[in-house]
This record gives sequence, C-alpha cells and structure tokens, in this order.
Amino acid sequence: MLSAILVMALGGLVLGGVLGWASIRYRVEDDPLVEKIDAILPQTQCGQCGFPGCKPYAEAISKGEADINRCPPGGEDGVKRLAELLGVDPKPLGEGLEHKPKSVAVIDENLCIGCTLCIQACPVDAIVGAAKQMHVIVAEQCTGCELCLPPCPVECIRMEVIHEDVTTWKWRYPVHSLHPARPH
Amino acid sequence: MPHPSGLPDLCIVIESDGEDRATEFQPLDWRNLDPSALRNRIRDLGLAGLGGAVFPTYIKLNPGATRKVPTLILNGAECEPWITCDDRLMRERAEGILRGAVAMQAILHADAIIVGIEDNKPEAAAALQAAAKQLGLPVEVTIVPTLYPSGGGKQLAYLLTGKEMPAGGRSTDAGVQVFNVATAYSLHRAIDLGEPMLSRVVTVTGHVSEPQNFEVRIGTPIEDLIRQAGGELAGATGKLIGGPMMGFELRDDTAPLTKAVNCVIVKNRKLFPAAPPALACIRCGECARACPALLQPFEMYWYAKAKDFGKAQSYRLFDCIECGCCSYVCPSHIPLVDFFRFAKGEIWAREREKEASEQARQRHEFHQFRLEREKQEKADKLAAKAVDRLKTVETGSSDPEAERKKAILQAAIERAQKAKEGITPKNVDGLTPQIQQEIADIEARRAQLRETAHAKDEDSA
Repeated sequence: MLSAILVMALGGLVLGGVLGWASIRYRVEDDPLVEKIDAILPQTQCGQCGFPGCKPYAEAISKGEADINRCPPGGEDGVKRLAELLGVDPKPLGEGLEHKPKSVAVIDENLCIGCTLCIQACPVDAIVGAAKQMHVIVAEQCTGCELCLPPCPVECIRMEVIHEDVTTWKWRYPVHSLHPARPH
Repeated sequence: MPHPSGLPDLCIVIESDGEDRATEFQPLDWRNLDPSALRNRIRDLGLAGLGGAVFPTYIKLNPGATRKVPTLILNGAECEPWITCDDRLMRERAEGILRGAVAMQAILHADAIIVGIEDNKPEAAAALQAAAKQLGLPVEVTIVPTLYPSGGGKQLAYLLTGKEMPAGGRSTDAGVQVFNVATAYSLHRAIDLGEPMLSRVVTVTGHVSEPQNFEVRIGTPIEDLIRQAGGELAGATGKLIGGPMMGFELRDDTAPLTKAVNCVIVKNRKLFPAAPPALACIRCGECARACPALLQPFEMYWYAKAKDFGKAQSYRLFDCIECGCCSYVCPSHIPLVDFFRFAKGEIWAREREKEASEQARQRHEFHQFRLEREKQEKADKLAAKAVDRLKTVETGSSDPEAERKKAILQAAIERAQKAKEGITPKNVDGLTPQIQQEIADIEARRAQLRETAHAKDEDSA
C-alpha cells in the first residue's frame, strides 16, 4: 500500500519536474499584442486617431485606453480586423473621421519657396529638398497622411487621389448584369 | 490598350513617312558571343514570349544555377480553339523556327528539342519534319491530341515528357523549358538578321467577311486589322482579344496591337450567346474533372465568393491557369474563373499594401531615431563649443571685460548641459486658444511667485 503511494508520488514528481523544465526551456515568445495591432494599422502615421503615430495608437488600444474605430485610413476593413483580433464587436468609424481614397501629396513647384517646414512635418521622410531649394515628394513613399499640408506657408501642397492604372488594376467581384424582363 | 481593364496607358504615335525603310540590321555572331551579352542583346531587341504571356525571352534563356536545361520544348499547340496563327507560321516558316530553336538549344545546353503539335495540324507537323530533315537536325516532332488547354506550357510539358511541373515553380525546375514556335521564329530573325521584334502573326476570325491570319507590325490599330480582314459583318456584338476561352472584351477599336495579342475575334449573337444567369453551385464536381491543373474549383469558388482569400489560397488558387474549362463545363453557369481572377487580384493588392505599410513603419521609426540623434548631436556640439571658449578666456588677462565674458560663457555651458539632459520646453504647438490662455496664466502666476520669493530672500539677507 505504502509502496504504491510512494511510486505514484515519485512518478508524479519526476513527470512534474520534466514538465516544469520543458516549460522554461522551450518557452514560446509570443508576439506581444501591440505588435499584432500595429501590423493591422496602415502605418500612415497621420495622427488622426489622436496619437502621434500608429505605434502609440496600437499601445493605447492594447491598454484599453483607445477605441478601435479611430483609424480612418484603415477604414471599416481595418476596424473589422482589429475587432477580430481583440474579440470585440466591430463598429463604424468614430465621429468626425471618414475614410478617404488613398492619395499622395504633390508640391506645386512654381509656388514652393523652399522653407523646409513640410520636410520637418513628414513622418516618413518622404520629402526631399533643402532651404531655399525646391522640394519634391517621393510619391512611392508618401503615405497620404496630409501632415505636410498645414505647415506650408504658401499652400503649395495638394492631395491627389491615386487613380487606377494598368499596373494596379484588379479584376472586379463578378456580378451579373440585370436585364429588364421582356414581355412575352 | 488591349488589356482586360480597358484603361488607357501611355502610347507612342509613330507618324509614318510611307517609305518603310529600316536601318541596316547587324546579324548577331551568337555562337561566339558571351551568353550574358547575348541575352542582353536579345533583351534589347525586345523579344518576348508570343504565346500570350509575353514573358521576356532573355530571362527564359537563362539556364540558371544548374547551367543546363535538358529538354527544350517548342510549343506548336495553339493556345485556344479558333486560333491558327502558330499553325500558319509552322507551315510557312518551319525552317526559321528550327533555326531559332537551334540557338535556344545552344544557349540552354539542351540535349533534345521536342516540338509538340496538335493532331489537327498534320500539314504543320509535316512541314517541320521536312525542314528538320533538310537542316539535318535531330528534332523530335510529337503529335498531341487536340484538347484544350494542352497549349498551356505546363500542360504541354507534362504531355510530352510525363513530368509534372512543380506547383508555384517554373518548368525549368523540372529541367524543361517551353517556348512558343513564334518566339523561336522571332529569335531566328533577331540573331540571324539582327531584326528586333517588329511584327507577329495574328489570327482575325469570327464574324468578319474574310477570316485569316496576318503578319502584323506591333502597334497597328486593331480597327485597321479588322478592316484588312474584310471588315466586320452586320450583327457584330463586340470583339474579343485572345481566344474564346480566356479572351477579353476590346473596349476601344483604336487600341494598338501588342505582342500579347495572338487573336482578334469579332463576336455575334450566334457564336457568343449571352451567358445565362448563374445559378447556385450544386457540387456536381464537373469543374474538378475538367480542371487541367487538378484543382477543386468548386471549393476555391466558395472561399473566393466569401472573400476568404487565405482559405482559397490553401486550395492552391495560384496554380490555377485561368483556362476557363471550369466555367465552360459548369451546369449552373457560374463564372468560376472570374471569381479566381478577382481573388488573385485582391491577394496581390493586399501583399503590395502590406509591403508599403511595412516600409512606412520602418521609415517612421528611422525618422524618430533621426530626430533624437540630431537633438543629441546639437546639444553635444554646443557644450563642446562653450568649454572651448571658456578655456581661451581663462588663459587671457583678468580684466573686467574678460570676467564678464566668462560669466556669459558659463551660463551658456549650463544651458547647453540642461539641453543635453533633455530639459527642453514642451511642444505647445497646435493647442486650442483656451489651453494656450491657461498656460499663459499659469506662467504669469509662476513669475509672480518667483519675484515675491526673490524679494523675500533679499529682505532676509
């Protein structure tokens, strides 16, 4: 009787020890929540959510300090994916925020006075130029955040919606065209 | 542009002087040319796959790390029913095709050349065999059954070699390279005559008065081409670019002919009746039996329709060659291929977006790092400068002027040190007027307090 209890207890101890060791030795470094949220955010760095960039907003969401519907560039789709990740119900975009079509900033070279204010405002360093020299925006790197618009003293920057061309064109979702019924 | 989107693109308009003269073309001494230099010349001459995919020929002529592609296949099976441009080319220019193939064989170090021809083109096969005999080339002409889509590169390679091509890979991974016969012919023109790709053979068929094949200069307006074929007959309902299975609607007749256009079909109601409305999928599995890539279109259809792209991809969506067999056999008339094209486009777009956002993230992180670094560098520089100045003043005479300067410098050093410690005023830009007013009030109160404290200190002293 006693030996049986001892054997079971010993077995339990040994197995427990093995499990405990394995849990430390093979610990899986799980992706922190902030990284996962940050991966869903569009990285526009526009600050429309009220935080100075996508990462701070992701941190605020993970702490429960910010709502998931504060990101207009992400749109409804982004809110839906955040809701899925966090296991909450999706909701429409917050008040005063609207999803705009993706655009890039364009500098009117004739008006630019070379003040470098927009260069300092750009969160992704997509504007090239120097003091008293004409500035230009690298379109491929522009996230369309519009942060360069307010600092410009001569209002020479405008947003241009990116139009579809042959390289970005996608096949549409197949729908059937409806025909009016013919009288028989 | 002759493109499924129908979107305009940048084109060059060449105004002809009507003389039709070209510069002197220099034949390439391809046997003695360095392979890489030869490939670059072929690239400059604009050679591309004429089967319809327009894959650049110079890339396909690179044997890669293995240095050898054992089997070279010439694709003489037409892409789709109705198209006969390769058939005519093989009948009339078999010798040129084989001369191009010999160059391909040498560049790829291939052991064998196999020509695959469908069994409905006995004249073409005979012409090629005769040309091979005349040139003394060991070319194997193999007849394959006429069954769409055996003109697909991977499908033909499987028919001829019995080797299945790797999913997601190129046929070179299986030691096979497939070229269209027209590509081989244009390679012959490029190396033996030094001629760039100026023209291609195009089938014009359907509801026109004289359906036929033409050798057409690249860039010819498609409306001219149709006029050449006798013009479209009454009751035409549109034009297709490509074959009846994979072709797309031409939106603008003035669009120029590109290297990808192998066929122009004028439609009418009898040849192309309007598609009946799609019904629900009844899971009959007809599409899976028809699929030449051995996929399960009905499964991919569910997920593509529900926009569950990850699942669609797990059913190997990207191995779909969009041949249209599944849509053709579907008893419910579901446009299956349209769903697959849609899903592929969405997946590609998402990948592009993800890449762009990853780049933006990195650039933003670097931007912040750079701002920090600049602040630090500025503070360091100011401190170093002040210390330097202090030293020079200390070594000088002790007149009151120098003392005053020293005091100013000391203050500057302290300021710089403070800046270095990061005690910089908080950014108060972009606040509402109320908050700014509040801050001003607080500052005023602070100043007042400091003044009274100062006065008290002086009093007590």
